[in-house]
Formats: sequence, structure tokens, C-alpha cells
Amino acid sequence: MVHGAEAVRGQAGGHGHGEGGGSRRDFLILATTAVGAVGAASVLWPFIDQMNPSADVLALSTVEVDLSPIAVGQAITVKWRGKPVFIRHRTEEEIQAARSVQLGELRDPEADEARAQRPEWLITVGVCTHLGCIPLGQKATDPKGDYGGWFCPCHGSHYDTSGRIRRGPAPQNLVVPDYVYASDTVVRIGEVGPAGGAAA
Amino acid sequence: MSAPVFRNPVVRWIDYRLPVFTFLNHELNEYPTPRNLSYWWNFGSLAGIMLVTMIVTGIVLAMHYTPHTDYAFESVERIMRDVNYGWLIRYLHMNGASMFFIITFIHMFRGLYYGSYKAPRELLWILGVVILLIMMATAFMGYVLPWGQMSFWGATVITNLFSAIPFVGENVVSWLWGGFAVDNPTLNRFYSLHYLLPFVLVGVVVLHLIALHRFGSNNPLGIDTKGPQDTLPFHPYYTAKDMFGLGVFLIFYALVVFFAPNLFGEPDNYTPANPLATPAHIVPEWYFLPFYAILRAVPNKLGGVVLMFAAIFVLFILPWLDRSPVRSARFRPIYKIFFWILVVDCVVLGVVGANPPEGTWVVIGRIATIWYFLHFIVLLPLLSRLERPRPLPVSISQPVLSGGGYAPAPARAMDKA
Amino acid sequence: MRWSIFGGVAALLMAAGTALAAESEVELPERHWSFDGLFGTFEREDVRRGYEVYRNVCAGCHGLTLIRYRELAALGYSEDEIKALAAEQTYTDGPNDQGEMFERPGLPSDPFKAPFPNEQAARVANNGALPPDLSLLVEARAGGANHVYGVLIGYEEPPADFPLKEGQYYNKYFPGHVIAMPPPLSDGAVAYPEGVEATVPQMAADVTSFLAWAAEPTLEARKRMGVKSVLFLIVFTGLLYAVKRKIWLGVKH
Repeated sequence: MVHGAEAVRGQAGGHGHGEGGGSRRDFLILATTAVGAVGAASVLWPFIDQMNPSADVLALSTVEVDLSPIAVGQAITVKWRGKPVFIRHRTEEEIQAARSVQLGELRDPEADEARAQRPEWLITVGVCTHLGCIPLGQKATDPKGDYGGWFCPCHGSHYDTSGRIRRGPAPQNLVVPDYVYASDTVVRIGEVGPAGGAAA
Repeated sequence: MSAPVFRNPVVRWIDYRLPVFTFLNHELNEYPTPRNLSYWWNFGSLAGIMLVTMIVTGIVLAMHYTPHTDYAFESVERIMRDVNYGWLIRYLHMNGASMFFIITFIHMFRGLYYGSYKAPRELLWILGVVILLIMMATAFMGYVLPWGQMSFWGATVITNLFSAIPFVGENVVSWLWGGFAVDNPTLNRFYSLHYLLPFVLVGVVVLHLIALHRFGSNNPLGIDTKGPQDTLPFHPYYTAKDMFGLGVFLIFYALVVFFAPNLFGEPDNYTPANPLATPAHIVPEWYFLPFYAILRAVPNKLGGVVLMFAAIFVLFILPWLDRSPVRSARFRPIYKIFFWILVVDCVVLGVVGANPPEGTWVVIGRIATIWYFLHFIVLLPLLSRLERPRPLPVSISQPVLSGGGYAPAPARAMDKA
Repeated sequence: MRWSIFGGVAALLMAAGTALAAESEVELPERHWSFDGLFGTFEREDVRRGYEVYRNVCAGCHGLTLIRYRELAALGYSEDEIKALAAEQTYTDGPNDQGEMFERPGLPSDPFKAPFPNEQAARVANNGALPPDLSLLVEARAGGANHVYGVLIGYEEPPADFPLKEGQYYNKYFPGHVIAMPPPLSDGAVAYPEGVEATVPQMAADVTSFLAWAAEPTLEARKRMGVKSVLFLIVFTGLLYAVKRKIWLGVKH
């Protein structure tokens, strides 16, 4: 019976096993719990990190595009990180249209010079900044919207010849990815240039 | 068993409406447990932890695996090479299966030694055998998924067992395959079932625990608890003991995963499946080897298959084969000897299963198979009648508190204990 | 009693171990590899020389398709070197805007190009034998690295009455001793850097190291994490034991 009572005491408070001393035992349990928590946390990380992009996915995160076959006024779409990237060889008029806009008129003010490293090539991620649809305007027959750039058919966003949002629900301009010119006719999308960004 | 009073008001609020905390407190905290359990009683909770580990790592692997014959092998290698920590998670899962079986086998032999299957725990034992069967099915289908040579030929050989069924055998096999050979439909359904069965396992484990908590754990003396002097609350006593056991087990598990991850594996499974060439000799995973040996001990297809399944099904009726009223082998001198012979017999069957069915291996395999069934079907019923057990202690607390044994204990043992 | 049970369990495990290990029918040469043991790592110089041997000798017949050029960075190759190595091969890609497939030079993200487009082509070119892909060879053979090394150095004259057909070679370390691969290495076959002699055993050891790396590029990460984990677990288990003892102190059981 004595031992039954002792057991109940052990259960109720976690104190009082004779010579051991309650506080020393509590400290030991605390220290062990802390070490266990560290272990559990470090086991957890691999199980979280496995959902991050894997090595093969990251390896594909730059694509090289040969620009030489794209005529003035033409546009091509390449796939980069599972998304379309618009590359447009702009005409002189399109460049003029993009550069003559007052920044004050823009919802997301950005100068065209900051968006195109070389004025004749506009490179943007072809995903509408509203809810992720692909805007029209790459093919000659596509509607290009009221500003001669792109038109998103999902919810009616109009982009200009610099890929900037001009009308409709989208909050931001089409995103300019990191890219560098490997040579005069080859651009490498996904690589951060020596200047550290798209702006040249 | 009065309802506990929880200090935290949120806990109290929830518990009043949904008494989960009361339930957990009863079953995990104050749950009265025999005070004399040895470390052999750690393996039940270890098996539960292993089941959770397998489910967690398995769900993660399923995020990266492709169940198609053209991509399965490569997707596993992609996990090993490209997925962040993929190698770790895959090695944990693949060796986890072996760990799960090691733990389960020890858990079962502990049950055999201490008579844990006897009244009133027959259903507890039977549910355990059901768990073993589901584990075996799950492990077998999981081994097919990497689509290596052993995956493919293991699947072919094992599914062909069902062709031994009279009249409908061939139909059953092509139904299992979804075709004329093990192929993409087979891989797909195995993947689906490999994902499903562990959750069925969880359900049966819950039933196993409900049955366990009805009468509480058996103990090394094999006698019933007679009152609070015989028990300790599960927490903190057995939580602390189980945690220590878990630590020791994790060291072993980590040593295998990090330093010998292919110890239990077959090199041939690193060669992609080739339906046109069988490897020189094919063996199942080690945990199937004893059963594989029984299968091959019979020179008749149907006979071998029947005997192999009988080897497991005999465990279902074990509580009625062994009618001795004494549970623990500690008080059954003759049973104790036969228990150890059975352990050796199972190991021998395992070794036979790993070797080609030639020469003396065949003879040894047959003797070991006969002994296996002899043990359960003939020796146990006979022993129940003939064996004279040693006298049982009056209660758990009596030998424990007086220093062991059923004889009046000397005083010094009291100080020592 | 307890110890006898432990003994039983240990015997069970050992039996399982030996049963599984009792595979290889030939006695393989025992060699110490830098990647053996608890702290094993790949010797970068060896593996790089091994890659040269693979590239100049083995790659003619054997693929290594699970390795991508970018992974050579782990062996210390620079980005430009990797690009140049990848660009030596051409790959079919496409279709382009005209709907046609086109040839392009390899990229670092491309896998090593297999020497034959399919199994049939490989068999036709090799007297009906299929040179296996080497990506996982070290893991796919009983004996692992010792097997690969052994086969590479194991060519010798067959015993007098040993039956060999046309296109078969005698190899003392190959299971069954009959191998369809002609002796691949000869002294000086690969240009080695100053100070290392390109002997057959040296090249065999180097290419084996390379293939061991190819079979498991994560081996070093695994062993590093293993040492840390096991040390942590020993400390943690020690603490758990102390807690258990404290809690059970004075409890008769």
C-alpha cells in the first residue's frame, strides 16, 4: 500500500522521491526536454525542405534564348521555370510610345529605360499580375489592348508596349525577370547580371 | 477513475464538451500498468512509433514518386539525388520497414514467451496477428514500387502464389496483375494499396490498444494485477522507460540509415526492372525469408502455398492450442525450452529461405518446417496437459517487494531492491 | 535469462546479415577505399582522374545517364569547364516553331549522353552483349566497389581446359569467370597528370572511385549527418536514462 501511495505522489506533482531531491529531478527533465526539442526541430527541417525546389528544378532555372531569328515587330514566348516569358523585338514606334509616357500617368510608375536593358528587346514574364492568366498580344492576330502591348482576357487588364499596366484590375506591371546578354544575340534568362538586376 | 480537474480553463472548456483530455489522461497518464514490466515491454510502443515514422516518410516520398513503369525507377533515383534530403527520407523509409519488422517480431516473441495471448487477451493477440498480415502485404507492395529487378521478380513470384488456387487460380492472378504479366497496372494498384493499407493498420492498432487497455498489460510473471500495490501509473514511469528505450532504438536505426543503408537490401534492386531476364537467384526481403522457406519446403505448388499461409494462420488459434493456465514461461520449465527451440527454428527457416533450394538446405528446410507446425499443433496442446508448472507467486507486489521468488524473501533483498 | 534472449536476437540479426551477404561466388580483392568507414569521403583527385578514365575509355559503350553535367561541380570542375564538357555532346530537342526537332549542344542540366540510342543498338554493336549503364553499378553488384575494381584488374589467361567462346574473356573476379567485355584498360591508356602513373590498377581504382561517387553523390552528406546524429542520440539517450533512473528511484519493481 505504501508503494501505491508513493506512485500517486509521483503522478500528481512530479516531486518527492526521497533522496533524489525534487528540483534536481525537475532540472534534469527540463534539460532532457530541451535537448529533445532541439533534436525534434532538426529532424523537422528535412521534412520541410524536401518541398522546396529540388536540385534538378533549380538547374533548369536559367534558359538561353537565341534572339537572331526574331524579326523586328515579332515576339516569341519561351518557357522559363514553368511560366511563359515574352520576348518582343520592338519597333521604333513601340519604343517611342513606351518612352514618351509621363510616369505620373502610370499605376505602377517605372521608366521604360529601367525595364529594358536594350531598348529593342522587351523581356517580361508573361503572367498577368492580377490573378496569373496569360495575356494576349504575342501573335500578330492577337488583340493587343488599348495601349498596343498586351491584353489579358480573364479580367480585362491592358498593358502598354513596355508591359506596364495601364487599365484594368492588375496592380503591377508585367514582371521583368533577371537576364543577361551572353552575346549580342543570346540572352540568358534567370541569371543575375553583374549590375545585380534587370536595370542596365 | 474520477474525472480529473484540469487547471487550464481552455482545456477544461473543451474537455467538458469533448472529453478527449479525460480520455488521454485515463489511457496515457494514470493508466495503471504492472510495476514489474521489463524492457521487453518497450517494443509495443516502439512499433507504434515506427508505424507513424513510416506513414510520415511515406507521405513525403509520395510527393516525389511517379508510379509508372517508365518513370518509377528514375523517380526514386531523383529522390536520392535531387530532392532536398530525399536520400535521408528514402533511406529512413526503406530501412524503417526492416526496423518495423524487427520490432514486431521481438514484440511477438515476447508475447509467446510470457503467454500474453492467453485469456482474457485472445482478441488482443488475434488483432496483433491481423496487424502482422497487413504489415506483410504493405511491405510487399512497397518493395515493388522502386521497380528494380527484385521489385519486379518479387512481385511476379509472390503474385504467382495465387495461381495455386484450384480452378480459378489463373483468373485470380491476372485479376491481381490487371494484365498478362506484372506491368504498369500492377504497379499502379500496388501504389494505391501501399498508400491505403497503413491507415487501415492505424485502425487495427487502435483496436489493439482498446483491447490492451481492457485488461492492461501482461507482465513477466504472467499473473493478474490484484490492486494498486501491483501497478504504477503509466506516466511518468513507463513514459520515461519507453523514451529511454526509444533512444537506444534510434541509435541503432541511425547507425543503419547513415552507415549501412543497403544492409537489408539486395544489390539487384539497383538494376531497373527487366521483364525479360530474371536475376540469378531471387530472394524476398529478409522478414519474409522464414515463410519463403516453408513455401519451398513442399514439393507441391498448392501444398507449399497452403502451408505458408497456415504458418501465419496457426497463430490465430494459438490461444486455444496452448491451454496451460500458466502464462509466463518463467514458471513453465519445459515450455521455456521449447520456446527457445522455436526461436532457433525460425532463425534456421530464415537462413534456409536465403539460400538456394538445393542439397542439404532442402532437408534442413523440411525439418524446420515440420518442427514449426509440430510446436504449435502437437507440442503446445500436449504440454498444456503434461507439464507441471512451478508454483506461481501470490501477487506481483509480493515477489517484487520481497526481493524476488515465491519463497519468503531474505531481508537484505529488501534494501537492494 | 536476459542475456540469452539478447543472444537469440543477435543471432537472428547476424543470421539475416550473413544470409544476405552470402552472395558473391568469387573472392574479391579487398581494398581500402577513401569512402569506406564512418568518416569516409571521396578523394577529389582520384574521382576526377576516374572521370577522365570513364570519359576516354568506358563512355564508348557504357552510359552514365543518372549523372548530369552540373553535378561535376561537386568534383571541383568550374562552371566553364562543365559547360564545355556538356557542349561536346549534341542532344535532340524541340520541336521548334516549325514543328521540327533540332540538334543542340548539351547544357549543364543535361544527363550524360548514352552511347547507344536503345538496347537493341547497344547489343548489335557489342556482339549481342548489353553493356550496362554504370550510374548505379557500384550499388547494383554484390561486393560493390571491390567487384568493379576486381573485374577491371581481373583479366588473365584462362586455365588450360577452360571453355571460352569467340568474344568471351576470362576474368578471375567476374562471377562465372566468363565476361563479354574485352579488357578495357591498358597501361597509359589515359593521359594522367604529372606524378601519377596511369597503370591498370591505378586507373581501375580511380574509375571505381568515380563510379562509387556516381552511384551515391550524397554519400558524404549522409556520413556527415550520421556522425552528428549518432553523437546527438547518444547524449540524448544518456539523459533519458538519467531521467528514467531518477523517476524510478525508490520504486520497487
